[in-house]
Amino acid sequence: MAEDQNKILDEVTGGEYKYGFHSDIDMETIPKGLSEDVVRIISAKKNEPEWMLEFRLKAYRHWQTMTTPDWAHLNIPEIDFQDIIFYAAPKKKPELESMDEVDPDLVATFEKLGIPLDEQKVLAGVAVDAVIDSVSVKTTYKETLAEKGIIFCSISEAIQEFPDLVKKYLGSVVPHGDNYFAALNAAVFSDGSFVYIPKGVRCPMELSTYFRINAINTGQFERTLIVADDDSYVSYLEGCTAPMRDENQLHAAIVEIVTMERAEVKYSTVQNWYPGDKDGKGGIFNFVTKRAICKGDYSKVMWTQVETGSAVTWKYPSCVLQGDHSVGEFYSVAVTNNHQQADTGTKMIHLGKNTRSLIVSKGVSAGKSQNSYRGLVKVAKKAENARNFSQCDSLLLGDQCGAHTFPYLEIVNNTAKVEHEATTSKIGEDQIFYCNQRGMSTEDAVGLIVNGYVKEVINQLPMEFAVEAQKLLQISLEGSVG
Amino acid sequence: MLVIKDLHAKIDNKEILRGINLEVKPGEVHCIMGPNGSGKSTLSSVLAGNDKFEVCEGSATFNGKDLLDLAPEDRAREGLFLSFQYPVEIPGVSMVNFMRTAVNEHRKYRGDEPCSASEFLKLMRDKKKMVEIDSNLTNRSVNEGFSGGEKKKNEIFQMAMLEPKLAILDETDSGLDIDALRVVANGVNKLKSSDNATIVITHYQRLLDHIVPDFVHVLYKGRIVKSAGKELALELEEKGYDWIKKEFED
Repeated sequence: MAEDQNKILDEVTGGEYKYGFHSDIDMETIPKGLSEDVVRIISAKKNEPEWMLEFRLKAYRHWQTMTTPDWAHLNIPEIDFQDIIFYAAPKKKPELESMDEVDPDLVATFEKLGIPLDEQKVLAGVAVDAVIDSVSVKTTYKETLAEKGIIFCSISEAIQEFPDLVKKYLGSVVPHGDNYFAALNAAVFSDGSFVYIPKGVRCPMELSTYFRINAINTGQFERTLIVADDDSYVSYLEGCTAPMRDENQLHAAIVEIVTMERAEVKYSTVQNWYPGDKDGKGGIFNFVTKRAICKGDYSKVMWTQVETGSAVTWKYPSCVLQGDHSVGEFYSVAVTNNHQQADTGTKMIHLGKNTRSLIVSKGVSAGKSQNSYRGLVKVAKKAENARNFSQCDSLLLGDQCGAHTFPYLEIVNNTAKVEHEATTSKIGEDQIFYCNQRGMSTEDAVGLIVNGYVKEVINQLPMEFAVEAQKLLQISLEGSVG
Repeated sequence: MLVIKDLHAKIDNKEILRGINLEVKPGEVHCIMGPNGSGKSTLSSVLAGNDKFEVCEGSATFNGKDLLDLAPEDRAREGLFLSFQYPVEIPGVSMVNFMRTAVNEHRKYRGDEPCSASEFLKLMRDKKKMVEIDSNLTNRSVNEGFSGGEKKKNEIFQMAMLEPKLAILDETDSGLDIDALRVVANGVNKLKSSDNATIVITHYQRLLDHIVPDFVHVLYKGRIVKSAGKELALELEEKGYDWIKKEFED
């Protein structure tokens, strides 16, 4: 039977990455390596004001004093920062009026990925701020949003046009000294998105950005900032695919979210970067810092993530619950296969009174992968009546993968109520046989069972995203049966 | 329809089936009885293609095809249905989704278009009525939190949905109260036609009052040692298996 398992596991690993291609778009790059000069060049290329250059330089100098964190349950080869190109932009960057003017190659790339930049998708109410290798190429639906006073643009644009807002909030949730990769990002970030929802406005559509790493040896350093003013609401979608590469690519993004009184932000991610081949060669290194601060009373932040890609994932979308009665929620599915490694989870920091947090984490491990949940629940002294419920489930496919749970609790207020539940299970052969007997192939059976297992999380995603996520789960686990 | 010849099967090098011969024709109901450990459930597992068991000798053809050569899902698509003795739970997977996937796989195999959502829901409604099952069973996850009786009724419901040519009921009556037994038996009887066949595996004559078999076989130590009409079941009920054991002791 063990032989059978291995055979089946081998079949899984036979599944080739479906988004592995490279489109030839003219790139403007700067030489490899990182130095103060490189930081200055990046800033100059983007015509940034002095304060922005200062922000970058401060971060760069701090970064130099830091070392790579090694506390995660990950095995990462040393990264040679002098071998990475820190800036790449598509060469032509004209102001575009319609899709007809977009580089056809780029459009073809988008189409291969199924990126909904076309009319139909616009009609469906999705405004897309597409980021291809670091610079925003096209922003749609901006005008409709502008009528409501909503700002949705690239962060570079925001630096030029809304410097006060950016200055006030950039780095306020994730300061450059926060961690090694946050400092690196602050120094060299290329582009990203900026969202501002004014007081009392409910954003009428899902805002979405598709990130894509496209040039050889280009690190991707996205920076996203979302500010939701009093009584506002926005749902933001982030979806990713990246083309196949031989060498590991570094990705170190930062997402900052600020919610004021009674504001609510829903942030959903589907991450599908190249995980490396079946021998663990290549793949994206994904070191992301995502954090939200619920500044205002009764505000709410919800993180939902479906992580199926990357060779290495290091990611802990967190909530700082500062306002009284504020709520943080985290729903996560992390799928690892072959040689993928994921160390992901969340931090819920309860500062205000009557704050509540909910964590639902579902890990699925297959192949020779390692999948860890790492979560911190912290209740500060003044956080009266804080509540937390955490549920961490792991599902194992096969006997060569690993699932780990690292919950941390720091409670210094005795009115807190914190609950943690964890389960580990395997897909049973009897479950698969039951499905087989009803006419389903083993692959379909695994897809069905895994989708059932993660349903709680998928249900939190916006409709179209949920369908995409389900397909993605099936693809990532093709044939992986234990 | 089904022809089994000299079938031998083992698990962990222990031979459980030791030369089974059986022929089932369309329209027939066969009942297999026998003491615990005689190989009844092994036979149903082997026919359905459970790879825990290794077939070491013999053959089984199903509608002219070599059954043992087919993957379990293809056996199902060819029209072989097994009502499990212990149906498994699949948390989070709704019955609707599960059944729709199964039905569409069967259709695909036959070269038919998949069922539309409305067609499918109508089909579910009709079949639920036919087998008298509680309609909210299908709103739940597959077998999750079902009582023993509900699980067995759910098996019959799935059978009704898939309309198999050959249904094997593996101790479908065990653990059922009288009402549930009646529901299960009625379901099986309604689904019976001159084109399909049923193999009922049971310990009790009780079920056979409702599902009347054409043949009763006694399985003992991996072989069918006695075959007769339905009166054999009554005889077994009355006398137990000891007289058979004595007769066929190795």
